[in-house]
Amino acid sequence: MANTFAFAESRGGSLRKVAFEMVAAARQAADATGGGEVHALLIGGPGVAAKAAELGQAGADVVHVVEHAGLERYNPEVFAATAAERIKAGGYRAAFFAASAEGKDLAPRVAALLGVSLASDLTGFSIDGNALTGRHPTHTGKIITTVTLTGTPAIATIRPGAVRADGAAKAGTVHAHAPALDPAAAKVQVTAVGAKGDAKLDLGDAPVIVSGGRGLREAANFTLVEELAAAFGNAAVGATRAVTDDGWRDPSTQIGQTGRIVSPELYVAVGISGAIQHIAGMRTSKVIVAINRDKDAPIFKVADYGIVGDLFEIVPKLTEAVRKARG
Amino acid sequence: MKIAVCIKRVPDMDMRFAIAADGASLDPSGMKFDIADFDGYAVEVALQLNEKQGPGESVVISLGPDGVQETLRKALGMGADRAVQLKADVVPFDGMAIAQALAAELKDGGYDLILFGRMATDSANQSVGPMTATLLGLPCVTAVSKLEIANGAGTAERQLEGASETVTFPLPAVVTIDEGVARPRLPSLKGIMAAKKKPLEVKPAQLGAARLTVARMELPADRPPGRIVGEGPDAVPELVRLLHDEAKVL
Repeated sequence: MANTFAFAESRGGSLRKVAFEMVAAARQAADATGGGEVHALLIGGPGVAAKAAELGQAGADVVHVVEHAGLERYNPEVFAATAAERIKAGGYRAAFFAASAEGKDLAPRVAALLGVSLASDLTGFSIDGNALTGRHPTHTGKIITTVTLTGTPAIATIRPGAVRADGAAKAGTVHAHAPALDPAAAKVQVTAVGAKGDAKLDLGDAPVIVSGGRGLREAANFTLVEELAAAFGNAAVGATRAVTDDGWRDPSTQIGQTGRIVSPELYVAVGISGAIQHIAGMRTSKVIVAINRDKDAPIFKVADYGIVGDLFEIVPKLTEAVRKARG
Repeated sequence: MKIAVCIKRVPDMDMRFAIAADGASLDPSGMKFDIADFDGYAVEVALQLNEKQGPGESVVISLGPDGVQETLRKALGMGADRAVQLKADVVPFDGMAIAQALAAELKDGGYDLILFGRMATDSANQSVGPMTATLLGLPCVTAVSKLEIANGAGTAERQLEGASETVTFPLPAVVTIDEGVARPRLPSLKGIMAAKKKPLEVKPAQLGAARLTVARMELPADRPPGRIVGEGPDAVPELVRLLHDEAKVL
């Protein structure tokens, strides 16, 4: 029997979707190695402990909470030192971090502090007493590499959306701790934060993503994409690299191998031809819809449902129909 | 400033890959190689910093078999001053094994700044930069889209999901470079000629134990074939019905 660890990512005092997914991944690993406890680590500003119950609901037996006025935002050195300290103290078989911007920065530091290796950006995994085996898209998504990680703890980052957060509720018993390092003593200090794009719903958290490409012809026509996203009510807006390179949209909204990699429930591609680098960023979406003028566009090869035709005629109709369907 | 840039030689990502007979590597026949995208940006950042700030040294470091010398020469052609090959028969997949070799090389190098690309386009682990920094006990800022250095300290901007942040840090430090900072220059003919005479030192790589290994490589499975619902706006009601009744996402 082995206990496992999940890093519960939060932002602005709220848990992110990936926090629950990491609890589910840790539960999966605990069950596969004899059914131990899942321990989550939640770090944040004063008041963040109130969120521990949600992690218990999602399947965490224990929630280690570190509250500090200097930790309202991610602080790499303090988070890494604190996570490493907790993982060491807990003697976990495995520790899971989201392959999000924060998790990708944090997990390598934690692994190095603990002197163990790291499996990155897994879309699925299995684990036993000897090894963790995971699938990791490499080579701009053109290759699926199966990796084997030995050593304890096994540390892995899991791609957002890869594990379903649907675990049975556990106690979520709170253990409070102090940070392993004084946040004021960290060498890297955040001096300014700027919101970019639609800060309400991040691409990594949104169940629906509506993306636009060159087919929209000019930046101003992105209003069509925004209106469709608004009709869904739970959608974020993405873009292709061609569009962000041209400055039509903020680079942080680029979906593709070199941008954001997303797996929403529904991905709607508007005026996107489907370059390999874009498809590498969205091919694991559950359902893909494509609207494009060219019936031979590669996007139709990955789309579950396609409509061929003029997006300027189709998208407003779709927006209206979605609005109606959602009441 | 004395700047080290750690670069990786990777296959050209535009080519069609085939899996080798061992099932765990790529068939190298016909493969072309180049400096990894983000590592190219990192070299450019180093060159611009030293051009702007007066006398300095830009050292490019690459770990791998002798093929990496070609990649190092390209960076020298761009303007780097000297190169170091950490010789290893194969580049391990394990970022920690690589970070240990790089940390051993960088530890006593007296570098003010150590740059990496945000990630290598082939292994896509995005781990070697922050791991190396942690092993060296140096401050580290990852995925930087804007970097300024003045008076022994750095200011960097990084893109987060749905936000950006500005951070300050003291030197020496490790920074990993995202795209958007600087388009890498092409080596000029003069640069290529000069690169031939620049020092390229070969040392054995002091790799750590590889605990992350490749068991298998595969081409991704195709998604099950989708269907064209119809043409033009008349197809919208049927699409909405399918999203509601069949896919159950609406």
